[in-house]
Amino acid sequence: MDQSLDYNYKVVKQFAIATILWGVVGMLVGVIIAAQLAWPALNLDIPWLTYGRLRPLHTNAVIFAFGISGLFATSYYVVQRTCQVRLFSDKLAAFTFWGWQAVILAAVVTLPMGFTRGKEYAELEWPISILIALVWVSYAVVFFGTIVKRKVKHIYVANWFFGGYILAVTLLHVVNSMSMPASLFKSYSMYTGVQDAMIQWWYGHNAVGFILTAGYLGMVYYFIPKQAERPVYSYKLSIVHFWALIFTYMWAGPHHLHYTALPDWAQSLGMVFSLILLAPSWGGMINGMMTLSGAWHKLRTDPILKLMIVSLSFYGMATFEGPMMSIKTVNALSHYTDWGIARSRRRTGLGGLHHHGLDLLPDPAHGRPDQDVQHQADRPALLGRHHRRRPVYRRDVDCRRDAGPDVARSECRRHPDLHLRGKRQGHLSVLRGALPGRTAVPGRHVHHGLQRLDDPEGPRNDACTHP
Amino acid sequence: MESLYLLIPISVGLVFGALWLFFKASDDGQFDDLVGPAIRVLQDNDRI
Repeated sequence: MDQSLDYNYKVVKQFAIATILWGVVGMLVGVIIAAQLAWPALNLDIPWLTYGRLRPLHTNAVIFAFGISGLFATSYYVVQRTCQVRLFSDKLAAFTFWGWQAVILAAVVTLPMGFTRGKEYAELEWPISILIALVWVSYAVVFFGTIVKRKVKHIYVANWFFGGYILAVTLLHVVNSMSMPASLFKSYSMYTGVQDAMIQWWYGHNAVGFILTAGYLGMVYYFIPKQAERPVYSYKLSIVHFWALIFTYMWAGPHHLHYTALPDWAQSLGMVFSLILLAPSWGGMINGMMTLSGAWHKLRTDPILKLMIVSLSFYGMATFEGPMMSIKTVNALSHYTDWGIARSRRRTGLGGLHHHGLDLLPDPAHGRPDQDVQHQADRPALLGRHHRRRPVYRRDVDCRRDAGPDVARSECRRHPDLHLRGKRQGHLSVLRGALPGRTAVPGRHVHHGLQRLDDPEGPRNDACTHP
Repeated sequence: MESLYLLIPISVGLVFGALWLFFKASDDGQFDDLVGPAIRVLQDNDRI
């Protein structure tokens, strides 16, 4: 058995479970504070439950607990599989998990107690900020360490997106968290007044941008092709819009400060860069959507794919709306209204949907051996001979169509081992089934993935050779 | 606008850093094959 394929899925599973848990918590808090807007009495006159304290808890839980846990899970999963090596360090990976959960728990305790730096999306006080920095540096070491020891020469585009997001968040967090502690739970920002506002929104826009755009595009470029069983529509476009995004992202922040004390030219600069950003943002959206070209029929039967396409549509709409709202004349109407709040919810909703679509749900499909049924049958034809792609895929479609939806499902997509898994794992099986797990189907590590590609006698599975 | 004395050098530094990384990756041949990787990722062995 090739030890290099002994992937670390433990930390992936842990993060995936954490994602579900924090997703429920974060959105529940969101529902509560939304209700408080309509019925203020719902804070029950308890200071810990007031809107001002719960609102940062909601945003932190959804973006940092739910969103980033999902990115941890998927980036660890994708980097191992595309680089064909185990994570750089299991211990450090475990530290990122427990460290990140500690950060979240600290937020859950301190935010309702009223401890805050008063900076949006950077509310957590300085001791927690330091812990975040430690966890994040470990994350970078694990991720880039894995890239460095990769067995495949090419770095798949999803890893570029994940890498960009990890580096950007490191820089943003460090710059924006500079503060002078006054006590254990109170600190003051190093910057003052409008300087502070500028730094804050440089951080705020880019952090959310890099997490919910770059990070989630990393998911898009791995899980959509996987689920659609089609290569990315244009790999070239994915590379081009990655670099376009990196070169243009950093200056969109000032659009959060339209019509404030920020100098007019800086506001206009933010507006121009926000408008430019439409192109690289839509590059990802179009690429994801078009990956389905020729496979639209799959939307009829595949709820996971449906969810992915819905989330991409939301992403497309929100990344159009964003640049439009950053135009100062439009912003004159929308600033300080619920429009902005609604849009950011749509935007984050994209993240949420992506997450469901890309992380948790497709994993059963990928974690199970069933997809290999098709891939392995196709494999010899795919080796370096791209022109044979279409017949191969048509065969896969034919297999399902000829057999009818039910038979096709049972034959092409299900695996006998799954029944065993369900029994063995009892009530957790649903959850576990939703996660990639090497323990689920033991003894399945014999194949060597990319290393095997050169082997014309590669493993095959006849389950899909429907008459 | 003292904060811009910090942010603008960071941005300029980042752009040059990204340029350097891009050309280095390009010289290393990362972008030579822009078709194969998309297909190979479908075959990264789902059997686990």
